[in-house]
Amino acid sequence: MTTPSGLHVHELDVTYSTAPGTLPTVRRATLHVPRGRTVGLVGESGSGKSTLALALLRALPENGRISHGHVTLDDVDLTRLDPEALRAIWRNQVRLVPQDPLPAMNPAQRVGSQLAEALEPEDPRKADRAAIDAVLTNVGLPDPRRIKRAYPFELSGGQQQRVMIAMALLGAPSLLVMDEPTTNLDVTTEAAILDLIRDRVRSDDTAVLYVSHSLGVIASLCDDVHVLYAGEIVESAPVEAIYERPLHPYTAGLLAAVPRLDGRGARHPLRAIPGRIPEPGARPDGCSFAPRCPIATPQCHAEVPTLTERDDGRAVACHRADEIAAGTIDPLSQADADGERTPPRPVPLLEARYVSKTYARPSLRPFSRTSRPGVHALRDVSLDVPRDATLGLVGESGSGKSTFARVLVGLEPADDGTVSLEASPVPARLKDRPRALLERLQMVFQSSDEALPPHRTVHSILARPLTRLAGIPAHEVDGHVTRLLEAVNLPPDYATRQPRALSGGERQRVAIARAFASQPDLILFDESVSGLDVSVQASVLNLLDTLQRRHRTGYLFIGHDLAVVAHLADEIAVLYLGTLLERAPTARLLAPPYHPYTEALLAAVPRPDPHAKPVRPPLEGDLPSPSDVPPGCPFATRCPRPLGPTCDDEPPPLRANAAGDHQVRCHIPLDELEAMQSPLVDARDGSA
Amino acid sequence: MTRYLLRRIAFLALTLLLASLLVFTITNLLPGDPARIMLGREAGPAALAEAREALGLDDPFPVRYVTWLGQALQGDFGTSFTTGEAIAPLVFERLGNSMRLAGLTLLIAVPLAILLGVVAALHANRWPDTLISVTSLAVVGLPEFVTGLILIQLFAFGLGWVPANASIAPGATFAEALPAMVLPAITATLVMLAYIARLTRASVAAELTRPYVRTARLKGTSHGTVLRRHVLRNALLPTVTIIAISFGWLISGLIVVENVFNYPGLGRLLTFAIDRRDLPLMQAITLAAVTVFALANLVADVTYAILDPRIRLA
Repeated sequence: MTTPSGLHVHELDVTYSTAPGTLPTVRRATLHVPRGRTVGLVGESGSGKSTLALALLRALPENGRISHGHVTLDDVDLTRLDPEALRAIWRNQVRLVPQDPLPAMNPAQRVGSQLAEALEPEDPRKADRAAIDAVLTNVGLPDPRRIKRAYPFELSGGQQQRVMIAMALLGAPSLLVMDEPTTNLDVTTEAAILDLIRDRVRSDDTAVLYVSHSLGVIASLCDDVHVLYAGEIVESAPVEAIYERPLHPYTAGLLAAVPRLDGRGARHPLRAIPGRIPEPGARPDGCSFAPRCPIATPQCHAEVPTLTERDDGRAVACHRADEIAAGTIDPLSQADADGERTPPRPVPLLEARYVSKTYARPSLRPFSRTSRPGVHALRDVSLDVPRDATLGLVGESGSGKSTFARVLVGLEPADDGTVSLEASPVPARLKDRPRALLERLQMVFQSSDEALPPHRTVHSILARPLTRLAGIPAHEVDGHVTRLLEAVNLPPDYATRQPRALSGGERQRVAIARAFASQPDLILFDESVSGLDVSVQASVLNLLDTLQRRHRTGYLFIGHDLAVVAHLADEIAVLYLGTLLERAPTARLLAPPYHPYTEALLAAVPRPDPHAKPVRPPLEGDLPSPSDVPPGCPFATRCPRPLGPTCDDEPPPLRANAAGDHQVRCHIPLDELEAMQSPLVDARDGSA
Repeated sequence: MTRYLLRRIAFLALTLLLASLLVFTITNLLPGDPARIMLGREAGPAALAEAREALGLDDPFPVRYVTWLGQALQGDFGTSFTTGEAIAPLVFERLGNSMRLAGLTLLIAVPLAILLGVVAALHANRWPDTLISVTSLAVVGLPEFVTGLILIQLFAFGLGWVPANASIAPGATFAEALPAMVLPAITATLVMLAYIARLTRASVAAELTRPYVRTARLKGTSHGTVLRRHVLRNALLPTVTIIAISFGWLISGLIVVENVFNYPGLGRLLTFAIDRRDLPLMQAITLAAVTVFALANLVADVTYAILDPRIRLA
């Protein structure tokens, strides 16, 4: 027998039977993952990519069914296997790394037994322990004994995903399917896991299918890409080709929606893809993408394009692919694009000085008053939030960035420090604040499905701040609600809907409209776009930009993704374990000298460009526990540029540049930092 | 774990203290003068006053409570108004009978209910599931005295396998008492079976959809092993709590069943005490029932913690 041929998926249809009827979720999907190659499958949520991934493993939930087509793995047709034969395939040949590692592990069983089960499903005690230790070490878990004894919930998110990858590698599978394995991780952890996949997981005899919504991640990892839209593959090509010249307008839209680090620091609008994916069973006639396509013709609305292989080996399902390939039409031509803007000079609106917050942790003994050491969420943080401009606040989970926002809006009182609005002090607690003040500060949370009352209509959600805070008379409320909905690009009839009838992006728009209802001077956004698909995220970011210009509102924009924050912010502050490490105008922050932590964050940002070689200083280990902050520099335990004992023992000084607008908290002087660092962001084209 | 255990025990003591206060207060609020209940309608004022004095009824409420609690802690629950005998040995004997019956009932009910629940969950929304839920609900819908009487008619009078009267001689061993206990235990089983089976079905069905089950199956682990090793362990956690609560209920709540079969358990003693307005007896029985209930819950919490590392280690 010659070389095994890897995975072939041929004209696969997948349907779900649900209460309303049968939903065709994947249609005529064809793809090939050769051994030794990594193939990306990309699409927005709802595109059917996870369904396709599960279907080709024959691991669909009970109501899912392959209704047409074949899946062959090394010439064995998986769709024809009986349960016993399928189990043998699962056992010996295929592995899945899921999006969320924690629920994918048995909560009541030690990690070691679960790993052993991957080798010896029927009798884990017989498993080869040396092999397990070797794999654990190989995926960057240097202390296998501790990991094996732990229960899943005792590990950090990054460790959990490493364990899942280790589990997948045990038994040397011939097909490895990874379903968004880094989506729920912090950006530095994501970078480390992507490194791991690139260096250790790819091998000459494994076929890897990597599913993601982000073309940035796919670019840095894959050889070929398939783009899935509404359950159909609309474009297939080698990764370089697709980034060079996307042939399908949807691919072009996805690519343009990825925020890039831009050396100029100026904001230019992201290209958003308007509308959303049609529900399975409610697909339009003609091309599924036509309703959202900027260059759709009458033919597109009438005829379904077929995935056609072109001379250059690429395949695309678009009636206008030839025109796009020839360069005679721009697939993004009509997409919304406002002009560039120059940032106004920030004037402080809200000033926070030496804000500290420690969370006490209750003692474990009953009836005892002695408490355990507290969690230092914030330590002497001083920041100005500008008027009519945006301060970006970046940090990983546990950095204290959300606590800072909660202190500013009064949800948590600070232990120490002051907050003042236009030089007059602001009471620490929400209940002590006068209504006029509440009106001026608003907040938008990460998860709008929890922050919006599920059983009220959009109208009643928006009417409340209008009457309570802005003092709008009852007969004018309707008009204001309509105007607010218009401002966030929602049709007026959405007023009668309830939040659960809306998509994630639409709910976030309603939350934004609610924040603007009282015409505030300052809005705090706490990870407000993190949960959204890139394409939706782009449109929300554009919306925030437009609204800021129209209403001259100050923003505090909190996020963990430096690229997203840099897109919107005029000035950026970097927080680590409750301590401010660096603060500078965006353009300055994106160029050396960097704080070593900022440098690591910048290096970790996935770039939507296959030529971008990862040039990252390694960021070792996990974030230390906020209850056990190192005595010297908080970043000392993970710093790639350590000086020695000084860093471990002495808190570093906050150094400023000559102009005074760039501050870095580091033992290394700024000019020395600058000399040892190279630019990570190329000012010319906005990518590395 | 030790810390967790100590905390649970501290809470248990607090619960029992509160319960004793509640029991004492409520029984004292009941209408009727204990001295008159004890002496009967014809007693004269002098005799009543004397009896009140002897019972300490003229003392203020807190004093009476503390005296009563102090004696109860030493195992002295006073003497019965009606029989004049010491209460403690009587209650302990009946408690023993009740626990035997409860134990036998759980021995039959729990494995059966879990089996039915798991079978139903594995065939969710197909005919075995429907059959199990319809029959178990139909059975639970019948009042205990109806099922009890049908069983007596069938097995005691008809077939003559077991005695119709479930009274047990004092001091009988478990084996000697077994024939008498079979019918009451089956009746009690029928009452609680549907409840535990439906709970098991719901939690097994929910557990089967969890991603970790998919992970295990994708390792090529066989269906039965996945069920045994992963699903049941997690799915039966809520069942543990229900079993403990059922045990508490079986001790004090089998009033109808015990009366139908004339079984000498705590429930029948309670009806007797209420009938006669025997306050000290009522207090002792209630307190015994509360203690068993609280202890059963403690056992459930500890078992839960042993089975679920997230609680044990958190």
